[in-house]
Formats: sequence, C-alpha cells, structure tokens
Amino acid sequence: MKKNQSQEEFIKGIWRDNPVFVQVLGMCPMLAVTNSAINAIAMGMATFFVLVGSSFLVSTFRHVIPKQVRISCFIIIIATFVTIADYTLLALVPAVHKELGAFIPLIVANCLILGRQEAFASRYPTKLAVMDAMGMASGFLLALLSLGSIREILGDGALFGINLFGENFEPWVIMILPPGGFLTLGVILLFFNWFKLKKDEFLEDVAAAERGGN
Amino acid sequence: MDNLLWIFISALLVNNFVLTYFLGLCPFLGVSNSLETSARLGLATTFVMLVTAVCAWVLNTYVLIHAPYLRLICFIVVIASTVQFIEMLIKKLSPALFRAMGIFLPLITTNCAILGLAIFATNRGYGFWEGIVYALGAGIGFTLALVLLAGLREESELSNIPKLIKGTAMNLIIAGILSMAFMGFAGLFSST
Repeated sequence: MKKNQSQEEFIKGIWRDNPVFVQVLGMCPMLAVTNSAINAIAMGMATFFVLVGSSFLVSTFRHVIPKQVRISCFIIIIATFVTIADYTLLALVPAVHKELGAFIPLIVANCLILGRQEAFASRYPTKLAVMDAMGMASGFLLALLSLGSIREILGDGALFGINLFGENFEPWVIMILPPGGFLTLGVILLFFNWFKLKKDEFLEDVAAAERGGN
Repeated sequence: MDNLLWIFISALLVNNFVLTYFLGLCPFLGVSNSLETSARLGLATTFVMLVTAVCAWVLNTYVLIHAPYLRLICFIVVIASTVQFIEMLIKKLSPALFRAMGIFLPLITTNCAILGLAIFATNRGYGFWEGIVYALGAGIGFTLALVLLAGLREESELSNIPKLIKGTAMNLIIAGILSMAFMGFAGLFSST
C-alpha cells in the first residue's frame, strides 16, 4: 500500500498534474531559458535539486516550523538550496552558467517550488514528500526539455548543438527569440486542451451510452 | 543624463521585463482579465520596484561586499520586510492609496520580476540613480505590457472564439504576438 502510494505521487507529477502543461506554474524560467536543449536540461537539473532538497528539509521539520512564519521559513530554505545550485553550476559548467545568467538565482521565485512546499511537503511524511518533489521536478524537466528541443530544432536546425538538417535548412530564427517561447508554449497548451476536450467528450459518450442501455 | 535616459527606454521598451525577459508572468497571465485591476497591479509593482532598487543599492553598497554568497537570501528577506513595513505605513497615512494597491503589495513581493530587478541591477553594477531609473522603466514597462494584454483580453471576451483555444493557450499566443511587436523596438539603439 505504502509503496503504491509513493509511486503514485511520483507518477502524477509527470503526467496528470504536470506542473507546466496542466497547472501552468513556473512559467518564468520555463520560457526564458528554453532556447536550447542544453540550457533547458541545466535549468531542469538545478530546479530538480532545489525542489527535492527543500521538500526533504521542509517535510522533515514540518512539526518544528511555526505556522505563522512558515512561508518565510520555506523561502529561506529554498534560497539556501538555490545559492548552492548557483555556485555548483558556476564551478562545474561556467559556460552554461553564463548563458543562464540571472535566471539561476530566480529559481527562488519559481511558484512551482514554493507551491509544492505549501501544498505537499509541509503536510506529508518525508518519504512521500521526496517522491512528490521528484515527480514534479521530473515533469518540469520533461516540459523544459520538450520546449527547448522544439525551439532549438526549429530555430537553429540543431539539437544539443548537433546540426540536423544540413546546409539547406533556413532556420526559423523567431523560435529562439522571446516570441517563440510564448508561441511554442501556447501551441503545446492548445494540444493539451484538445486532448482534454476529446477525453471529456469520450467520457460523456460513454455515460450517455450507459444511460441509453439502462 | 543621456545614460539615464538610455537605461529608462531600454527597460521600458527594448528589454521589456515581461515580453523579453519573461519575468512576472504569473500576474501577467493571472490578473490581466480586467483593465482596471491590471492598471492598479502595475502601479503597485512599479512602487515595489522602486523600493527594491533602493534596498538593493543599500545592501550592495554596505552589506554584501563582505559576504557576496548571502546575496539572494538578503535580497528576499530585506525586500519582503521593507514592503511589509511600507504597507503598514501607507495604511496609516493614506487609506485611499492603500485601497488602490494595498492587497497586491504582499503578493508582488514574491514575484520574480522584483527579484529579477534586484539581480539585474546588481549584475550591471548600477549606482543609486541608475537603479532608480531602471526600476521606474521596468515598472512602467510591466504596467504597459499588462494593460495591453488586459485590453486585448477584454475585447476577446466579446468575440466568438473556439472553445478549444480559450484560456491560457490564447493568452500565451497573444503575448507572443505582443512580444514580436516589441521586438521592433530593438532597432532603437542599433548604434550604441
């Protein structure tokens, strides 16, 4: 039972409650750094680290943190992890760090992270909280990666810096510029809406058929 | 003087916080359904940005030269508490002003545009007046983007739009087109 529940928490973050496509959270880093797949992965990994780390700490200390000042406590915990991630990236991959620039410290302001602390980590035991954080962060990473890949392929004709189409491809430059981020995410959300609409229609049809049968 | 003007226009149009840096998207997409609310939110954000610029300058000049790794935590804590303090002050001194932007103040503090402003101003090494002008430009630019989107959304409420595209998807596509329009301003400073 317990194992099933933690698996459940992990999987819901990836698909059913995907933080970007379904809950529309964490948009700022989402759009700002996804102009290439490498940047998207670096951002996703940093967010993964911060979210899992702070969920672990918050849920471990959930009985100690006073209710009135919980938000400030969460933010200070998150900011600590973000500072660690910032300095680690600077030491390990200075080129990527330079490209992401101010958006690494801005992970603090990602509403996804604070939202998970408030909605989940501060209420559930450590193990479940960590699973939930890992699921959400993986969902976020996947979303970043898909958006980053689409934009890099269309806007640069390449993926992870490897040229895909050869000389004759005319890059669609707008896709790696800011408007491309808005448009790509808009179109992906459109697809998700369509998927949901179809599913609702299908469920209605099934219900109608059942009523007719009775 | 020229330099200050350049910073102002750059933050207002060319590097608009919302449409070029993607900062402050949550209120941008969440609150922009009525013109009046977005204008008030924009006013409050501009105000908080000015406070932030002053706080960031004080911290950078007097505190953080001794401990640069505390930058992020310091920014968040100091900005949040200063805004809270000013909120109480406004409530006492000017109830009318408080009604106009009061409820937004605590919300805005956790907005990434505010923190982004502090971090960008630090990274570029802006002094006191440069910081203030930068905050003013960024705040007005934020208000401009918000009001533009709110106007478009109010119009679109009245027109016949497929059910499929309604909601966030349409807002994002509108924002994309707005962002494309703002790219036209990039040519303003081609010589510098």
